[in-house]
Amino acid sequence: MRKRKFTEQFFLFLMRVSMFLVMLPLFLIILTILVKGIPSIDLAMITQTPKGGFYLGKEGGVLNAIAGSFYLSASATILAVCISLPVVLCLNIYMKRGSNKAWLIRLCMDVMSGVPSIVFGAFGFLVMLFFGMKVSLLAGIITVTILIMPVTIRSMDEMVRTVPEQLLQATYSLGATRVEAAMVVVRRVLPGLITATLLSFGRAIGDAASVIFTTGFTDNIPQSVSQPAATLPLAIFFQLSSPIPEVRDRAYAAALILTFIILLISYSARYISNKFTNAS
Amino acid sequence: MLALLRIWVDRMAARIFSLFAWFSVFLLFIILAGLVFKSLPIMRSYGFADLLFSADWKPLQKQFGFLPFMVSTVYVTVTALAFALPACTLASLYLVEYARPRFTNAVLPIIDLLAGIPSVIYGIWGILVIVPFVRNHIAPVFHADTTGYSILAGGLVLAVMVFPLMINLLVEVLRTVPRELREASLSLGTTRWETSLFVVLRKALPGIFAAVILAFSRAFGETIAVLMVVGNVVKIPHGVFDSGYPIPALIANNYGEMLSIPSYDSALMFAALILLVIIILFNLLSAFILKSLHVHRYSV
Repeated sequence: MRKRKFTEQFFLFLMRVSMFLVMLPLFLIILTILVKGIPSIDLAMITQTPKGGFYLGKEGGVLNAIAGSFYLSASATILAVCISLPVVLCLNIYMKRGSNKAWLIRLCMDVMSGVPSIVFGAFGFLVMLFFGMKVSLLAGIITVTILIMPVTIRSMDEMVRTVPEQLLQATYSLGATRVEAAMVVVRRVLPGLITATLLSFGRAIGDAASVIFTTGFTDNIPQSVSQPAATLPLAIFFQLSSPIPEVRDRAYAAALILTFIILLISYSARYISNKFTNAS
Repeated sequence: MLALLRIWVDRMAARIFSLFAWFSVFLLFIILAGLVFKSLPIMRSYGFADLLFSADWKPLQKQFGFLPFMVSTVYVTVTALAFALPACTLASLYLVEYARPRFTNAVLPIIDLLAGIPSVIYGIWGILVIVPFVRNHIAPVFHADTTGYSILAGGLVLAVMVFPLMINLLVEVLRTVPRELREASLSLGTTRWETSLFVVLRKALPGIFAAVILAFSRAFGETIAVLMVVGNVVKIPHGVFDSGYPIPALIANNYGEMLSIPSYDSALMFAALILLVIIILFNLLSAFILKSLHVHRYSV
């Protein structure tokens, strides 16, 4: 009996340790980024593009990468939502619940969201060559759109699924067509859709491996979609491999900016979904 | 007249919506076909087995052996799971079986935050914390000589990266175990741990298996974070303190020279194809297991 009690206590202890070990890295990561990033961050980082000796440690900032990342992610997210919304409505309203077609589409989206971003990057590169494009913002937008589309579809799908069947039936009984019922559904889950969109945007802005082939890198803010663009993760990655300490410090500062943007997006996504789903 | 217009709009919407839906499915096959098409030249001139099981990687002399990269990838992934699986299983057991609901509800969103952090940030953390830790604290214990940029460092960073995915999935899986089973077991006089081990974990075994496969495939394709800490040396690693060179890192590091060396682009597309095929197979397998357990994969 005493042995059994001891085993119980021992494994409870082990579980608490595991819980601690799982939570620890999150705080360590944020702590590391804060400690390393705060000393080297200044206003020039976010208001200036790289000047002449930037990569030797002279003045300048990463505005080119911030702007590039925003252009890229915002356009890709808008495109992905434009593709995802019809797919999700098709899955939930036009197809019957439990239909084989819907199951197949969901399965494919699950599989696609598991595909690593480097594979999408390689595919984006092939598409780029196929259409005779150069490395450019446009090629990056196409790649990132394909990358985040499956995730967007699946998370929006989960949101729309929460709509009760009765709401649809009530809408039909008033004589609505399916597309009109879809509008009712969209209005009902709008906060959820916004949350899904924000999460996709977060994924788009943080991804480096898919754009490494397609967007290129530049010190300027892109003026059109046919120009190459810098992105924040790649800027961090390149600056980090520099042998000069000042440049590496700036990579930490850029990492702090990226982390801040991501946490802000995740937090507002969660805030919107909590606030509105509890109310309705 | 208006009614006809509404019906027409509805029919058109049906067509457009399903067009989009099938397009998105079709995309997966286009990606697959594109990569197969591009890697055909190298498969034809070297043969499948030669590419996969040769250890000579000298693109300039037209030798493309993927064995060092495959072994590195498997090494890093297995190391990651060796850390992540026990930690996540125990942690999710704690969250589902022991902890108060308030604690669980507070912890899960925090773990989701971890999932949103970009891989380049994990990479920086790996360079600043994990690599020195491996070099100064872990390696001396085993009398190993290493720079710290090693399979072990890559595995540790990857383990942290798959924590959120594994915990979320395992919590979902453990929650599908009916409460009656636990009550029946406890009423026979078992302790909580015995119930967890012999009833809950046992019942959840297929789900845990599915979670492991998913985590495996996530770790398999992770690029930037691993690339930053794993050392990138082309040779077959002989232990966790050796440097490795996983397939995704190979693709990401060499995109620059891709078009200047003959058959190099084809070789890299072949590498991407290997990743894609393995991940499709793994994901299909876990999807079927999870479907039989009625677990939704995404719980946003």
